[in-house]
Amino acid sequence: MTISLFMIWLLIGCTLVTWVPRVLPFMFVRNIQLPKVVVKWLSFIPVCILTALVIEGLIIETDDAITIDWQVLLVLIPTLFIALKTKSLSITVIGGVIFMALIRFFT
Amino acid sequence: MKVSNSEATLHENTFLQGAKDCVPTLFGYMSIGLAFGIVGVASHLSILEVACLALFVYAGSAQFIICALLVVNAPLSAIILTTFIVNLRHLLLSLTLAPYFTRYSLLKNIGFGTLLTDESFGVAVNKGLQQGKLYDKWMNGLNITAYVCWVISCTIGALFGQWISNPEIFGLDFALVAMFVALLVLQLEHVKSDKLKHNLFLIVLMIVFMISLSFVVPSHVAVLLSTVFVATIGVVTSK
Repeated sequence: MTISLFMIWLLIGCTLVTWVPRVLPFMFVRNIQLPKVVVKWLSFIPVCILTALVIEGLIIETDDAITIDWQVLLVLIPTLFIALKTKSLSITVIGGVIFMALIRFFT
Repeated sequence: MKVSNSEATLHENTFLQGAKDCVPTLFGYMSIGLAFGIVGVASHLSILEVACLALFVYAGSAQFIICALLVVNAPLSAIILTTFIVNLRHLLLSLTLAPYFTRYSLLKNIGFGTLLTDESFGVAVNKGLQQGKLYDKWMNGLNITAYVCWVISCTIGALFGQWISNPEIFGLDFALVAMFVALLVLQLEHVKSDKLKHNLFLIVLMIVFMISLSFVVPSHVAVLLSTVFVATIGVVTSK
């Protein structure tokens, strides 16, 4: 059970830089009325960022190029199908993990 | 009719209901948390250090990147700056959710923001679209359940880390991607049918932007830039 001094500074720094972006909007949106165009812009954020996070999971970064993780791409198809069919978070996650385990087991 | 409606709404928005609505995402937190604990120990962190990262930084992708940078002996400033950029997307998540909570006190709002994650954002934004309103107790139930589960999972992962060397073979790392796919589908569920085409167009644009930008910037920067660009295109192209 040890913690180094370097680690303590790291924890303080990283805690601050992850906390401030999360909290700032909650502190300031209370006092201002957001313009209509901003509200509209924000309404597109969920679909955009969720798509981005899925694609990020597909990308393998190497030194000066990127490749597509074909295993993830392959498993993505049945996972998307389960999500569309069941509309259930839990079933999609468990189904996706099982597909991924099977693919890795057989390749 | 009105009375039963508001009763139903109250019943749907308790702390317990928030915790229940968190359950579908817990599998994701557990598998990624366990994986993080294992990776942390493999990167020569102590169990206490792994637990502290989960407890204070509380950000899956950032925690993994911190480990990767520690292994290559990156300087403190570089690690903190990278963590900042990786997690900057939370600014967008918070900005999207915050308007639902303006009627609550500053302190409560700080609480909602402090424990916000990609997943709790996904669940909350769906709930918000469903019922038009979000409640403090429900949000805290959702957030605190996720937080407790994350810290415990990371710590257990670190405890077992010495025995498991390759968590990937179980497919657990895919839990995160699967969760984002499901949250995206649920999100599209609430889009009115006449706007579905527009949203699908934005998704295609996102894919193009993400892949092209990833050639020139790290993928977590691509996440930020593509989202900002495409949401703006969304505003310009919508009727």
